[in-house]
Amino acid sequence: MNWLYEVRWSPYAVGIGIGVLSWFTFLLSKKPIGCSTAFARTSGMLAKIFKGSKINEQPYYKEFKPVVDWEWMLVLGVIAGSLISALLSGDFSWQWIPGKWAAVFGSGIVLRVAVAVAGGILLGFGARWAGGCTSGHGISGTLQLAVSSWIAAVCFFIGGIITAYVLFHLIGA
Amino acid sequence: MADTKNVHQNKTGSTTLLAGLLFGIIFGFLLQKGGVTKYDVIIGQLLLTDFTVVKIMLSAVVTGMLGIYFMKTMGWVTLYPKAGSVGKSVIGGLIFGAGFAVLGYCPGTIAGAVGNGYLDALVGGLAGIILGAGIFAALFPKLRKGILSKGDFGTATLPSVLKVNDWVVVIPAVLIIAALLYWLESAGL
Repeated sequence: MNWLYEVRWSPYAVGIGIGVLSWFTFLLSKKPIGCSTAFARTSGMLAKIFKGSKINEQPYYKEFKPVVDWEWMLVLGVIAGSLISALLSGDFSWQWIPGKWAAVFGSGIVLRVAVAVAGGILLGFGARWAGGCTSGHGISGTLQLAVSSWIAAVCFFIGGIITAYVLFHLIGA
Repeated sequence: MADTKNVHQNKTGSTTLLAGLLFGIIFGFLLQKGGVTKYDVIIGQLLLTDFTVVKIMLSAVVTGMLGIYFMKTMGWVTLYPKAGSVGKSVIGGLIFGAGFAVLGYCPGTIAGAVGNGYLDALVGGLAGIILGAGIFAALFPKLRKGILSKGDFGTATLPSVLKVNDWVVVIPAVLIIAALLYWLESAGL
């Protein structure tokens, strides 16, 4: 079982593993893997704390109820699974600033966190606008050959490649 | 239990939740082993210097597609294609892409990044994603009849659009993706 302790696996082994996992989520849970609605539901749960149960009447939260569901638990499981993997291989570490960020933008924590919040807002907003994320559209939707998902997935990468170029080669140059 | 059906429909029954958690643990384990819980790997993909993300995604898509269309042909599963439109999928996709590059994680891999100990993901990114999703929820009533419905194509799949047997699309799609992966490897990417 030495492979469980390795830091990195071949991307193909990981990809095939995720593909097989998706067979079982379809078969046993009747659900495709996806992650972004969990964040929408969480936003509703938090809004409820401040605004009370009238949040349930908002059109979006009528469709995506602010409750813990299968997908919310899936995202919680991802945190746990990644932690288990990182602890087994010794790859776990508390880290504020990723290396590639530090090389161009320095090791200031405030700047990195502020940019992460801004990026997160765009990501959460865009995911719900498109109706899915890199998992829901990018893997689960494209493997079903859904037209919406192929278009969204290509646009994720077009938007991402252009923005990364601007950040790292124009702003950070 | 009178409300079993209702519980099932809301997908909040305890067996359902436990299944979600277990599937998530495996998914997170795989993402971490693949290295995609790391900002550097994701940004490397978007800067086109590290193709780990694309290799994982495409091999998952090929594997998943073959199994799920096989099970669909056997009548064991049904598909859940998401509805889309030009306004929804293109504009939403581009906004998502910009966020993907600025944050350096996506909604699934950020959960993995938190498990890996990355504090920019935990403190900055998670809060941002929840806030962004909340802003969208607030604007949704104004957007849904306007831009989100422009160029609507519903829950179409490629075989349904082309009006052909599923495998007429699945087999060429698998071959094209396999050829693309082979090309990436032989180009040393």
